[in-house]
Amino acid sequence: MCLGIPGQLVEMDNSHEHLARVDVSGVTRVVNIGLLEDEHLRPGDWVLIHVGFAISKIDEEEANLTLTSLQLMGQAYGDEMEAFRSSDAFR
Amino acid sequence: MRFVDEYRDPAAARALAARITSLGGDDHYKFMEICGGHTHTIYRHGIEHILPTSVELVHGPGCPVCVIPMGRVDDAISLAKEPGVIFTSFGDMMRVPGSQGNLLKAKAEGADVRFVYSPLDALRIAVDNPGREVVFFAVGFETTAPSTAVTLLQARARGISNFRVFSNHVTIVPPLKVILGSPDLRLDGFLGPGHVSTVIGQRPYRFVAAEYGKPLVTAGFEPLDILQAIAMLLAQIRQGRCEIENQYSRVVKEEGNPKALAVLREVFEPREQFEWRGLGLIPGSALKLRPAFAEFDAELHYQLPGIRVSDPKACQCGEVLKGVIKPWECKVFGTACTPETPIGTCMVSSEGACAAYYNFGRMHREAAVALGRTSPSPV
Repeated sequence: MCLGIPGQLVEMDNSHEHLARVDVSGVTRVVNIGLLEDEHLRPGDWVLIHVGFAISKIDEEEANLTLTSLQLMGQAYGDEMEAFRSSDAFR
Repeated sequence: MRFVDEYRDPAAARALAARITSLGGDDHYKFMEICGGHTHTIYRHGIEHILPTSVELVHGPGCPVCVIPMGRVDDAISLAKEPGVIFTSFGDMMRVPGSQGNLLKAKAEGADVRFVYSPLDALRIAVDNPGREVVFFAVGFETTAPSTAVTLLQARARGISNFRVFSNHVTIVPPLKVILGSPDLRLDGFLGPGHVSTVIGQRPYRFVAAEYGKPLVTAGFEPLDILQAIAMLLAQIRQGRCEIENQYSRVVKEEGNPKALAVLREVFEPREQFEWRGLGLIPGSALKLRPAFAEFDAELHYQLPGIRVSDPKACQCGEVLKGVIKPWECKVFGTACTPETPIGTCMVSSEGACAAYYNFGRMHREAAVALGRTSPSPV
């Protein structure tokens, strides 16, 4: 649960002002971006996602670094991605 | 230098290791990495074995799963067994032992325990089950607490009346003060946590330098980040400086995330005190719901046992969390206590020092011993 996983904003979700669709390693989910409202996020931006919330805006290089490190974690990352995939808070 | 070959940039890692060796000289420095994510990186990449003997890393209390005391797990299980309750929890907490078993056991015995990825998943379950009470087991440092806060703001705005939060959110500064004031631990500096600092920023750490005269460098999660942060700590000491520095400035801002801090303050207030595994009762070290959110507070809504339970005698998680002993120095490490059958919390979470060492550190250590790079006895 402590992991921050990098995702790229695909599109804003018009159903709610603080929601956006992000792509994490090919898995697309809606996350809450309200904590980054001062960052004026746009599609294409990268964010660090923690328990369904974008907590930090990052650049693409940082996203790739983080993703590589996470993949090396093995099971802990697998569990996190599985949980991310299963999340259905915004269906 | 066998271990650096798997790094993203082995040449940079070698250069940093050489710089650390030169800065460390013949002295001995003890640095604490506060964050469990750092502990994981350190063991995963065998960082302890590419460091010179002049630098020793001590693992700190920054794993939110590991610091939850047994009595709070018992309270969670009691909530899960309340008639009509759907109890929701992050997956990491499911196997944390209470005095009479864990949440998985409660589930097997018939309690409706569901694992969720996000507090918003728990809120969704409440919306979908209006006839049931849904309790969310909130754990985590300042990284996670804003997410719970936003969820509670949503619950209130949407008038959802069957949602409760059992808050076990904790804050990082009070346990640091306890560790800094502890007579049995001499530390020369800290690696500051990465994700917590994205929320709280750098300012809350100023007391570490100002009041205790220790440097702190906030670090990223890559092996090179850790090495660079260690070099920055040593450079400060060598140059007679004592400052709060930020190695992870590509993610962590000086002021943190003001929006996240604002929602935290709106929803939560400090508890008078909170029990930490191994560290005991620490004043002001955890967050409870403000009176304006009382209707969502599981602790006000239900009768909880609220009994302090001491850790099993054999378990030395407390000493591990304070950095007094290394995981492998615990009597039950790897024998009675393993990730499959954990006795203590440090063996449950992948960020716990014992689980990280069990999964990765052992191999590195054995390989290092075989290569004659380190002595088999604890440093």
